[in-house]
Amino acid sequence: MEKFETLVSRAIPLDIENIDTDQIIPARFLKATDKKGFGDNAFRDWRYDENNQKIDSFALNNSKYSGSILVAGNNFGCGSSREHAAWALTGYGFKVVVSSFFADIFKGNALNNGLLPIQVTPVFLEKLMNYVTSNPNGEITVNLEEQTICVPSNAISEQFEINAYKKTCLMNGYDDIDYLLSKTNDIEVYETSKKY
Amino acid sequence: MSKTLFDKVWDAHVVNTIDNGPQILYIDKHLIHEVTSPQAFNELRERNIPVFRPNQIVATADHNTPTLNQHLPVKDELSRKQLEQLAENCKANNIEFFGLGHKNNGIVHVMAPELGITKPGMTIVCGDSHTSTHGAFGAIAFGIGTSQVAQVFASQCLLLEKPKKLRVKVNGKLNKGVLPKDVILYIISKLGTNSGTGYFCEYAGEVFENMSMEGRMTVCNMSIEMGARGGMIAPDNTTFEYVKDREFTPKGQEFEDCVAYWKTLKTDNDAVFDQEFEFNGEDISPMLTYGTNPGMGIGINEFVPFESNASFEKALDYMDFKAGESLINKPINFVFIGSCTNSRIEDFRVAASYVKGKKKASNVTAWLVPGSKKVEAQIVNEGLKDVFTEAGFEIRQPGCSACLAMNEDKIPQGEYCVSTSNRNFEGRQGPGSRTLLASPLVAAATAIEGKIIDITKHLN
Repeated sequence: MEKFETLVSRAIPLDIENIDTDQIIPARFLKATDKKGFGDNAFRDWRYDENNQKIDSFALNNSKYSGSILVAGNNFGCGSSREHAAWALTGYGFKVVVSSFFADIFKGNALNNGLLPIQVTPVFLEKLMNYVTSNPNGEITVNLEEQTICVPSNAISEQFEINAYKKTCLMNGYDDIDYLLSKTNDIEVYETSKKY
Repeated sequence: MSKTLFDKVWDAHVVNTIDNGPQILYIDKHLIHEVTSPQAFNELRERNIPVFRPNQIVATADHNTPTLNQHLPVKDELSRKQLEQLAENCKANNIEFFGLGHKNNGIVHVMAPELGITKPGMTIVCGDSHTSTHGAFGAIAFGIGTSQVAQVFASQCLLLEKPKKLRVKVNGKLNKGVLPKDVILYIISKLGTNSGTGYFCEYAGEVFENMSMEGRMTVCNMSIEMGARGGMIAPDNTTFEYVKDREFTPKGQEFEDCVAYWKTLKTDNDAVFDQEFEFNGEDISPMLTYGTNPGMGIGINEFVPFESNASFEKALDYMDFKAGESLINKPINFVFIGSCTNSRIEDFRVAASYVKGKKKASNVTAWLVPGSKKVEAQIVNEGLKDVFTEAGFEIRQPGCSACLAMNEDKIPQGEYCVSTSNRNFEGRQGPGSRTLLASPLVAAATAIEGKIIDITKHLN
């Protein structure tokens, strides 16, 4: 996994609540057996209409917005456990998703793919969404070490929470398999003591 | 210290705790399918890591399988390759595999319980969010991503923070025509789609105690639709009777010893939950969803509510419904009875009891997709197949089918489908499709009438 360091980027606003993983990557695109190529179909049915024409009003199709930070409404990533959703977002080029709430499985999947889910307060999300929407060229700074997200030009910033173990993994590019494999002895001891 | 059912099962599976970090949780059973496992197998291969406990893994083909002509080669090339890859991966790693046509094949959350693979007190994971289904047996069961599938392959363990505990009690008796699906749709409509996030939910009270195992599975299945990673119901005699004598269940004294342990898994009287909710069974009506998440549900004779926010309006716009209107008499052209939520024999019995002697409306395409080969055979053996075919319903072969529309079973653009599945997200049943979630009874009645009816007025 790639190391996550400080990120300075523009952001794309997606002011919709309860964005589920079927929207992030529809099921019909889950037939691939590797992790590549899902970015092309990220938010497919919001980006393209039934005749495969781009829907201009959708933020990802709006040329004024760009960047590797997605700012989305409450309860992002609900629904299916498909990790393809995280692969679609990283494949599209996102490194950070900001929302006021994330669904559990998506959050875990994102962290396992070096995509940082930043949960902010609803008040901060509203400010950030407004800022990004009206200042498409404005840059946002995410500092994982300090656990801060801020808009330098607008003096808004917030501290965010992240599990200390996961933070170490992201900053060093480790994953859980490395750790679990180092614990095989403990796991075998547990197995021999297990009755049911 | 007093413990909940969840604590008892969780604590019995903790291998180790990292200081200021997650716990190492041991996984008893790992269920896999074709869609979320290939990248995990690739990962192990690339890193030269063997599968640690292949005999604790069971595989089935379900998400991306055709529901017609399963004896023929799968037409869609990508689907065929994905299925072949699962077969190859299982063979190379000595993993039990119930492929298309195998007598044990079926939707992962239907086949594992009916074979006795699912047992009380277990930890069970699968790369599918509806793994919560198995919590009906008093197991800790939850969906995982593909990176976690690889972790379980490598170590039979996961690194997890212990979730918080939630209890939802429903006491009293259910009204006529109110099924387990209505109970869970009601709970989600009251609590919302993210109320359970960060929690494991225990369902308790008379309504669940009096429910069959099939009904309990329907309820636990949709725990994820309120955000909860899993749902659980304390194992009791209903559970033990269901589990007994199934193919993978221990027999004789070993079974008796298991039952003695399973009986200890109830929540202690003074155990504390982080959050509790209570509802009355009598308040629940047959339910229907009107929006694009499973929390957007109403009693079938209620009205679409008013709410002033952009996401709510976007949902109504997608569904082409208006705030304040009734859904009764809305014409419906598609009905789907199936999915890991409602494709067990009990679901087809309840649908058949309504359909018997009637004909489906001419405008309706009605698909019945059994959850497994065993359910498919039961439908025939119990004479339900004749009831359905005489009524004009189409019985297809087992699989996830139009629940997620990965295969050809898609609802056309703009059409409404009354569906017994679990998600009414935009495009879930095919691009532009509009899903109304309901019980098998409401779905069957819709197919007969060709429109939504107030089922409560049509019950003898």
